[in-house]
Formats: sequence, C-alpha cells, structure tokens
Amino acid sequence: MRGKKLRLLLADIVVLGAALLIFGVPLYFLVINSFKDQKAARQLSISWPESFHIAENYFEAFSNQHYMIVRAFFNSVVITLFSVAGLLLVCSMAGYVIQRRKDRLTKVVNTLILTGLMIPPAILPTIWVMQNIGLYKTIPGMVLVEIALGIPFTTMLFRGYMGAIPREIEEAARIDGCGRLRIFTSVIAPLLTPIASTVTILQSVTIFNDFTNPLYFLPGNDNVTIQLTLYNFMGKFASKYNLLFADIVLVTIPMLLLFLFFNKKIIEGMAAGAVKG
Amino acid sequence: MMKGRSVKKQKSIYSGWFLAPVIIIFGGLFLLPTVISFFFSMTVWDLTSWTWAGLDNFIQFFSEYSLRIGIKNTFIYAILTCVLKVVFGLLLAVILTSKIRTKNLVRSIVFFPNLISTVAVGIIFSALMHPSKGLFNEILGLAGLPAIDWLGNRDIALYSVILTDVWKGVGVATVIYIAGITAIPRDYYEAASLDGATTIQQFFRITIPLCRSSMNSVIILSFIGGMRTFDLIWSMTGGGPGFATDTLASVIYKQYAAGFYGLSTAGNVIMFVLIAVIAFPLFNYLTSKEVEV
Repeated sequence: MRGKKLRLLLADIVVLGAALLIFGVPLYFLVINSFKDQKAARQLSISWPESFHIAENYFEAFSNQHYMIVRAFFNSVVITLFSVAGLLLVCSMAGYVIQRRKDRLTKVVNTLILTGLMIPPAILPTIWVMQNIGLYKTIPGMVLVEIALGIPFTTMLFRGYMGAIPREIEEAARIDGCGRLRIFTSVIAPLLTPIASTVTILQSVTIFNDFTNPLYFLPGNDNVTIQLTLYNFMGKFASKYNLLFADIVLVTIPMLLLFLFFNKKIIEGMAAGAVKG
Repeated sequence: MMKGRSVKKQKSIYSGWFLAPVIIIFGGLFLLPTVISFFFSMTVWDLTSWTWAGLDNFIQFFSEYSLRIGIKNTFIYAILTCVLKVVFGLLLAVILTSKIRTKNLVRSIVFFPNLISTVAVGIIFSALMHPSKGLFNEILGLAGLPAIDWLGNRDIALYSVILTDVWKGVGVATVIYIAGITAIPRDYYEAASLDGATTIQQFFRITIPLCRSSMNSVIILSFIGGMRTFDLIWSMTGGGPGFATDTLASVIYKQYAAGFYGLSTAGNVIMFVLIAVIAFPLFNYLTSKEVEV
C-alpha cells in the first residue's frame, strides 16, 4: 500500500517536472529576458538577471515608435470586439434555424458552411471583392472577413447546442402569440448564453492572435494590429531581445488573464467544438 | 402532440430570413472569392485588370523548383505535425486521465501555449534555436553533442519548425483526447482487469478503439491546419534558408508580395484542390470506422 502511494507520488513529480521543463522553460526564458538589460538579454540565456530593468524595458516597449503598440492594441481590441459581437449575432440565428428547420435551403446552407471548416479561404479574390465594395484596408472590412472566416466553426457550435434545447419551448411561445423574431430574441437567445460565452472566449483568442489575415487585408501602418506590430518589431529589434520579449509579454497578458479566469471553459469549449463536428 | 412537423409549420416559427446575414457575409467573402479564384488563377491580373493566361500559372507552379517545393514541404509538414500530435496528444491524455493528482495543473500548462500568438511562439523559439547562443544548443553542448544549426541548415530547418508547431499545438490534441477518454465507461477497464488484462492491453484494446472519434478529430484538425500553415513558418524562417521551408501558404504570400497575383491565386487553388481531394475522403473514411461507446 505504501509502495503504491510512493509510486504515485513519484509519477506526480515526474509528470509535473517534465511538463514544466518542456512547456514552462520557454515561457520562463521569455519573461526573464524581458527583465534584463540589452547586453544581458543578447546572451539569450536562462540565467537569473544580474540587474533588473523591468520598468525601463516595459516603458520603452510601450512608448517605442510613438506608442505604436498602444495604437495596435486598440485596433486589435476593436476588431476583436466587433467581430465576436457579429459572430454571436449572425451565427446564433443561423445555427438556430439550421438545427430546427429541415428543408432544401437550410440543408444547402449547412453543407456550404461545413465545407468552410476545411477548405482554405481564397485570399486574393477576397481582396478583389473587398476592393470592389470599398472595404479593403479598412477596419470594418477586416471585421467582416474575420466574421466570414469564423462563421463555419461558430455556426456549428450554436447548431450543436440548439440540439439540446427542446422544440416545445418555441411551439409554446408560438401558441402564446409570439412572433418569429420575438421567439428568438426573448425565448431562445437567453438559453444560448453558455455556448455564447464559449464562442466569445475561443473566437476572441483566435481573432486577437490572428496574424495572417491582417497581413493581407489590413496592410500599412494606419490600422496596424498587434500581431503585425510584433512581427515588425522582430525585424527592428533584432538585437534588442529585452524589448522584443517585453512586447511579447505585454501582448500575451490579456490572453493570460482570460486563461486564468476561464481556464475550464476554454479547454472544454475547445474539446467540445472539435469533437461534435 | 403530433410528432410530424410539416414544413409549413416549421416555416411559421423558423424564419428563413435568419439565414440572410450568414448567407451574405459567408457567401460574399468566402464562397464567392473561392469560386472566382478558379477564374483568376488562369489569368495574369493586378486587382484592376486581367489578361487570360490559361493553364500557364499552374504549369509554372509545377515546373519551377522554388514553387514546387512548397507542395512537397506542405505535405511533410502536414503529415509530420499530424502524426506527432496524434501520438503525443494521446500519450499526454492517458497520463492526464490517470490517477495523477496534479493533472489539472499539468493540463493547463500543456494547453497554455495555444493562447500565445503564433508569431510570439515563432520569435521565442527562433531565440531558443539560435545557432551559437540558443538554449537548445547549450543543452546539446552540456551533453557533449555538437551544435545544430536548427533554422539555418536546409535539411533541418523544416523539422525545427515542425517541432515548434507540435509544442504549440499538442495541447489541443490532448484536451480533445481527454474528452474522449473520460467518456469511456470505467466498467470496461474494471472488467478487463478482472479478466487479467494488463494496462498495455487495456490501452490498445479499450482506450484506442473507443476514443476513435477524438482521434479522428485530432487527425483532421491537425492535418488541415498543417496544410494551411503560414504564420509559424513566416515568423521563424520566412521560407528560408533558400526555399527550404517554403510551404504552399508561404509561396502564396511571396507571390502576392512580389505582385504575381495570378500565380498566387493558382497556389491558392492548388491548396484548395489538395485539401478537397485528401481531406474529404479521409474524413469520410475515418468517420466510417468509428465505434459507438
């Protein structure tokens, strides 16, 4: 009995140690080097700093290039907020009708949306479409693209969740004289809150961390986003690892906070979304 | 209450108009571009005007080494990241569904890299893989092994990026497997161990067959993700050295940046066709072999 307990304790230590070594060390390396001065950080070592330069590094990272990171952060937050709000609105309605109504229209829409889970977006033709409607290189355009790309996954999540809500609820509301819009807004929408919060967290992370799409659809310095800034800093700060890493830490803090608060929700949402597909 | 619900009654509650926003946005900014990409892939164009080029772009894509290598690298990348995530994700999930007490903490640690942006991960690992000062080579040095030029050696660079991708992505595979494994009834394992089955036998005879649908999700997700990979490659090597780590997506971006829009669109169409030809049949094949728990 005691041998078994000891073995379990040993397994505990080994697993935790290995996880910290493999997944923790790169993060420790990132944070510790953002505290060093330029010369020490250039050594790229994981040693403890001889002197700490936290305030100056982070202030420099903040204020560099006329507070570019602040502007980029603002843009990314705006894009993320509007895209997520749009996705919630548009996909909850679609998921609701697709799950409930089975006719040609809903079947076709469902199939097309599902193919969107797999096939890659055609990027240049999308730019062409956006230019023709005057949305290329604009924040509203970027928001619409993020919504379009998020629709397959998000609709699928809402459709899946609707499956667990009994139809009788709408039928009763119908008999009570609710209109089609009212049934959705005041009866169904409140029931969708759990899945809506999963969607909010997952899509916020995806859109905030998106690099590829802003690279194509939002080029130039006017509407720069946070991940593009990071990429540009990589070139500019090639020898100033302390500042580069301070930037990465700054950019990652929102995600860290999200993770600390919604750890379970994120992980479960990720798994549920993937499996029920 | 009547169970048969007529289409008319369905329509009276569920308005087709609710689909309008999705149809407009998804149709306009995803389906429409996909359809017209087939046309523009056969032209030389610059967003405002075009001239017909027939299959020239595709011929060029397959004949030029710097473009063709992208297809090969994409396959290596997609298959290797997929296999590694399928295997390591499963092993991690089995460990994390065992009796270990720190499992919630470890699960969070393993998952956290997913929340760091890919560009940031690329920057961190480029520093760790620095040829002279990087931590990876210091560890090799301590073990008395020669240093490796992780990202500068043509034969190694692609695998270094693949390794980084697995580091970042294995957490998702793990949590998908965990969801599958925890859904397997405990009685199966109890019955098996009463009959004298070893842990290894239980793993191969119970765990693997019954978490098949999780495994399929992992396979499909990581394979498609691998086929489309761009940001990690771009932030770690930019496709280099030479063209050694160029994938389809990085070739598409390079041709776009160089102004060869027709060629870039052709690359997009090739990626589309490859995914359609491989992923859809793969998906159907995998789901046909699933077992109900």
